Amino acid sequence: MLLLQRSWITASGKSPSEEARRGAWFLGALAFVAIVVPILNQAVPPTSPFHLSSFALTLIGKYMCYAMLAMAVDLIWGYCGILSLGHAAFFSLGGYAMGMYLMRQIGTRGVYGDPVLPDFMVFLNWKSLPWFWYGSNHFAFAVAMMFIVPALLAGVFGWFAFRSRVTGVYFSIITQALSYALMLAFFRNDMGFGGNNGFTDFKEILGFDLHSDRTKVVLLVITVAALAASYLVCRAIVESRAGRVLRAIRDAESRTRFLGYPVESFKLWVFVFSAIVAGIAGALFVPQVGVINPGEFAPINSIEVVIWVAVGGRGTLFGAALGAVLVNYAKTYLTGAFPEVWLYALGALFVLVTLFLPRGIVGLIQAREKSK
Amino acid sequence: MLLLVLWGVRSAHAQSPSDATFLSTLGELREASFPDKEAIIDRLSQTGHPSVRVVLTAFMEDRLFFRNDNQSLIVAKSIDGSPPQLELIDPVSLKPAGTAPVESLTVINTNNHLRSVLKTTIAHFALASPDASVRLDAVHDMMQSPDEAAIAVLKERSAVETSSKVKKEIAVALALVDLNDSDAQVRLNAIQTLTISTSQDVRNKLAGLLEQTDGKFNESDERVRNAAASAMATIDRWRRFYSGIETLFFGLSLGSVLVLIAIGLAITFGVMGVINMAHGELMMLGAYTTYVVQTIMPGHIAISILVAIPAAFIVSALTGIVIERTIIRFLYGRPLETLLATFGVSLILQQLVRSIFSALNKSVITPEWMSGSMQINDALSITYNRLYIVIFTLLVFGTIMTVLKRTRLGLDIRAVSQNRAMARAMGIRSEWVDAMTFGLGSGIAGVAGVALSQLTNVGPNLGQSYIIDSFMVVVFGGVGNLWGALIGGMSMGIVNKLLEPYSGAVLAKIFILIGLILFIQAKPRGLFPQSGRSSGDN
Repeated sequence: MLLLQRSWITASGKSPSEEARRGAWFLGALAFVAIVVPILNQAVPPTSPFHLSSFALTLIGKYMCYAMLAMAVDLIWGYCGILSLGHAAFFSLGGYAMGMYLMRQIGTRGVYGDPVLPDFMVFLNWKSLPWFWYGSNHFAFAVAMMFIVPALLAGVFGWFAFRSRVTGVYFSIITQALSYALMLAFFRNDMGFGGNNGFTDFKEILGFDLHSDRTKVVLLVITVAALAASYLVCRAIVESRAGRVLRAIRDAESRTRFLGYPVESFKLWVFVFSAIVAGIAGALFVPQVGVINPGEFAPINSIEVVIWVAVGGRGTLFGAALGAVLVNYAKTYLTGAFPEVWLYALGALFVLVTLFLPRGIVGLIQAREKSK
Repeated sequence: MLLLVLWGVRSAHAQSPSDATFLSTLGELREASFPDKEAIIDRLSQTGHPSVRVVLTAFMEDRLFFRNDNQSLIVAKSIDGSPPQLELIDPVSLKPAGTAPVESLTVINTNNHLRSVLKTTIAHFALASPDASVRLDAVHDMMQSPDEAAIAVLKERSAVETSSKVKKEIAVALALVDLNDSDAQVRLNAIQTLTISTSQDVRNKLAGLLEQTDGKFNESDERVRNAAASAMATIDRWRRFYSGIETLFFGLSLGSVLVLIAIGLAITFGVMGVINMAHGELMMLGAYTTYVVQTIMPGHIAISILVAIPAAFIVSALTGIVIERTIIRFLYGRPLETLLATFGVSLILQQLVRSIFSALNKSVITPEWMSGSMQINDALSITYNRLYIVIFTLLVFGTIMTVLKRTRLGLDIRAVSQNRAMARAMGIRSEWVDAMTFGLGSGIAGVAGVALSQLTNVGPNLGQSYIIDSFMVVVFGGVGNLWGALIGGMSMGIVNKLLEPYSGAVLAKIFILIGLILFIQAKPRGLFPQSGRSSGDN
C-alpha cells in the first residue's frame, strides 16, 4: 500500500510550470469556446451548416457545468484522497437554490396563475409560502443560497466525519448515504420542493427570457467564465503550500498528522470549498437545462462524476474537466444512438480505466511525451 | 374374469363402505323436499365422513350441484362472479374434478330455514373438529351473528373444550352476548370476562356502552360503565403491547434482510479490504435465479424455492469468482479503485439482466407454505414469509460462522485476513483463498437475493434499493465483523420500524443516517472494531 502511494507522489509531483503550461492550453480552449460558440449561434445564419443550434448550445452549457463539478471532485479526490460519492448532492442543492428563484419568477404565468405560490404548492392546496421560501424571489438571495447551503451541509457533515477520522471507503459510503437520504427527502411532496417533479417550466432569469438563444449564449459565457475562475482558484490552492499539505494527506495521512499538520481542518476546508464549486455548477446548470428534480441526487450521478475524473486524469484539474466533457459527449451520443449500449460502455469504462489507465487520458499523454 | 376382479379391487380401493353410504345419502338430496333435506342433513352429519363439513358448507352457499347428464353430485369451488365455467371438486375425495359449464349443472336448492339448520350443523361440526384452529374459526364465525342456537352450541362446547385458546374465545363470545342482558350483575360479570380479550371488536363494543344517545348513556348502570372503562384501558394496554411486539418483529425481519446482505459484504471487506459495489447486483442475480428456477419447474413452486437457494449460491459465487479473478485481484491495496471498478461491474450486470429479461419486474410466486400468517391473537399476527426470513437469516449466519470457525477454508480465510504475508509464508495459497472468499461472500449475496425475491418484485434495480442500507449496517457494525453485521443489521431494522409510524419511512431513513453519523463520532470503527494489522490505514 505504501509503495503504491509513494509512486503516486513521484507521479503527480510534477513541477508547477508544467501545470501552468497545460493550464494555459486549457484556458485557451475555454476562451475559444466562449468566443466561437456565441458567434456560431448568433452571427451565423440558421441556414448555414456552421450554425450552432439552440439544442447544441444547451448541451455545451451542460458539459461546462459538469466540467466544473468534475473539477470540484478532483480537487478533493485527486489532491486530497477524499473520495466523495455525494457531490451530486451539493450540485443539486445549488441547482435547487437557483430553481427556487426561477420558480418564483414564473409568477402569474403558471398553470394556476398564483402570483406568489409556485404551481405545485397550489396543487398541494398550500395556502401560504413556507418559511424557507422567503426571500427566494430575490436573485441576490438565490446566489447567496447557492453558496451557503452546500457549504453549510459540507461543513457540518465534514466536521463530524473528519473529526472522527472517517476515511477512505467509509467516507465514500457515508457520503453516498447522505446523497441517497437527500434524494428520498426531496422526493417527498411535504418537503416543499416540488416532490417528484422538482422544478421546471422556468420562464425568465433577471427579466431575460430563458428560451431565447441570446440568454442561453450569455449563460454559457458566464458558465465558461465560472469554470475558468474555479480552475484558477483550484490551481492556486493546489500549488500553494496548503496544496502540498493536501497531497501529503492523500499519500500518508497519519504521517502528515504526526508532522503536526491539522489534517482535519485542511480536509474540512477543501471539502467545503469543493462543495461550493459543485453548488455553483449546479446553479448554473439549472437555468440552462431548464429542470431540476430529485433524480439529480441519485447516488449513481455522484459516482459518474468520479469516473469522469478518472477518465480525464485524476490529480490534474483540467484533466477532470476534459474527462467530464468527453464522457458526457459519449453519453449523449450513445444514449441517442444505442441506448442499450450506454450502461455497458459506462461499466466497461469504470473497469478499464481503473485497471489500465489509473492516471487517465492526461496520464497517457504525459507518458507518451516522456517517451519521446 | 381377471378384469372383473381387478375392477372390483380398484373400486373397493377407491370407495370405502363409509364413502359409499355418504355418497348415496348425498344422492338423495337430488329429489328430496325441504323437510326431507333437513333429515338428510342430519343423517349426513351422523356418518362422520371427513368431507361432510365441506359439502354442507357448499350446500349452504348454493355450491352443491348435480350433473344433468349422469345425475352425480358435485361441488363447485366458487360461484363468485358467476363464471361460465365452474371449477369442480369431488364431494367424497375433495380432489379437483375438472370444470364444467354452468348450463350442465343444476343447483340443489335451499331455503332460509334449511340454511339456518345447515349453519348450526356446520358450527357443531366445526366445533367438534380435532383441529383447534378450525374450532377457533367456527367460534369467530358464530360471533358475527350470535343467535339462540349458536349460543346453545357454544355453551355446550365450552364445557368439553380442551384448548385454552378456544375456551377463551367462547367465553368472550358468550360474554359479548351477556352484555345485552337485562341484569346489571350479569353485564358486570361479562365485562370482567371481556378483559381477557384483545380484539378490536370487543373494545368497540365496550366503547359503545360509554357513549351517549339523547343525553343518556347506552349503559344505564354506573358500576357497569366504570368496569367497562377499566376493561377498555386493559384491552388498550395489551393491544399496545402486542403492536409493539409486531413492530419489533417487522424490524427483525427487515433487519434480517439487511443482515443477509451485510454478511456477504462483511466477508469480502473483512478479508480483502474490498468494498464490492456489485454486491447488490450479485443479490439481484440470486433473485433472478429464483425466478428462472421457478419458470423451469412450474408445477413445483413449493420445492423450487429450496432448489433456488443452492442454485443462486452457485450462480452468484461463480460470478463473484470471475469478478475477483479478472478485476479485483489487480487492484488489491487500492480500495477506492476497487470501489469504482466493481461499480462498473454492477452497471454491466444491471444492463445484462435488462437485456436478457427486459427491464420489467418479474414476480416470483411465494410458495404456499410461506404465504399466509400465524394469528397469535386478535392483536398480533405474524406473516410466515417474514418469519421464515428471520429463521433463514439465522441459519445462514450459523452456517457461515461454522464455515469460518470449523473448516479448513475458514481457517485459511481467517489467517489471510489477519496477516497475509505470514499466511503465505505458512504455505497458504492466498490467491486461492481470495477467490474462494470472494466466491463465498458473493454466494451469500445470491442467497440473500432468494430471500428478497419473496419480499419484493424482482427487477434490475433490486440490488440498489437495499445496498446503501446494508453498507450503513457494515459501517455501523464494524467492517469485516460478522457479529457486527448481525447486531448492526437487526438493530437498524428495528430502529427503522420503530421510527416509521412517527416519521414515515423516508424520514426514518434520514434519522438513521444522522444517528449513524453521530454514532461513528463515538465509535469510528463501528460496534465491533477490527483489531490487528489490517485495521491500520498507513
